[in-house]
Amino acid sequence: MRLYLYLLIMAGVTYLIRMLPLAFFRKKIESPFVLSVLHYLPYAVLGTMTVPAVFTSAGSVLSSVVGFAVALVLGLRKRSLIEVALFAAAGAYVTSLILPLF
Amino acid sequence: MQSYGYKEGLLDGLPIGLGYLSVSFGFAIWAINQGLPGFILVLMSGSNLTSAGQVAGVTVMAAGGLFMELALTEAIINLRYALMSVTLTQKLSPTFSLWQRMLAAFFVTDEIFAVSSTRKGLLTFPYMMGLGCLPWIGWTLGTALGAFAGSLLPAAVCAALGIAIYGMFTSLIVPAAMEEKGVLLAVAAAIGLGLILRYVPVFSFLSEGFVIIISAVGGACVAAWLIPAPKEAQA
Repeated sequence: MRLYLYLLIMAGVTYLIRMLPLAFFRKKIESPFVLSVLHYLPYAVLGTMTVPAVFTSAGSVLSSVVGFAVALVLGLRKRSLIEVALFAAAGAYVTSLILPLF
Repeated sequence: MQSYGYKEGLLDGLPIGLGYLSVSFGFAIWAINQGLPGFILVLMSGSNLTSAGQVAGVTVMAAGGLFMELALTEAIINLRYALMSVTLTQKLSPTFSLWQRMLAAFFVTDEIFAVSSTRKGLLTFPYMMGLGCLPWIGWTLGTALGAFAGSLLPAAVCAALGIAIYGMFTSLIVPAAMEEKGVLLAVAAAIGLGLILRYVPVFSFLSEGFVIIISAVGGACVAAWLIPAPKEAQA
């Protein structure tokens, strides 16, 4: 039951945030500070969710570090979302195969 | 002015849908490992259609967090959609009725926004419906496959796929951080704050959801204060 309430809250909040501005917004936000905060916020959220969680995301810390390094390098080369995601996983997977050999 | 219909939308949505399929597969495997049942995840993907919000949501749910905490976390993380929605209002064809706007709003994601906002001309309702279709199917189907067929994969493959969602986040952060010092500062400050809040014992009463909210808002404020965003980005 609790899980369904969680779902309802998540879906409700997420939808309202998308819908209210699209359906009803009529004017512009003027404050440069507020606009800057809103511009930076998504990246700040992604950053704090990625580090440190990414380091335990692929089983062992070492394979996670390798996977993350692959993601960073491909990100620097501006590769597509899907390439970065899959090659990060591939890097982690290969590392987990090689690791026991040492 | 040129406008586009359902078919053009569907085609534009195909690469997004394929991308979502594999990322949500990884998301589901990760979320199952956090202890959530598969059908809940499928319902979540079908009703939310968002990556960062769902990762944060699963984190709060797995920790048995407060309802208020979950609502606040989702509001902060998904705030960017409000901005995208505002931006899209400037491009909607005048034929859009209120209920059509309300329906199209469900499909506002980073990638769908990027594609639709860079399309030349006005956006029609059929185009937006076509554009949202395959990404929604890909995201929901990928979640179902990951949740129910993920166990058919070898354990090592499943473990490795847990990093896929963070790979996706990285691919969103890194190019923007290279282009704008402000983004780099916001990300660094948020990560720094997050590490303090997570590992300094005084703050151990803070749950993961609140850590995300406080560190992200703090990091964004620091960057906004020191390096105001470029004018063209303030839209």
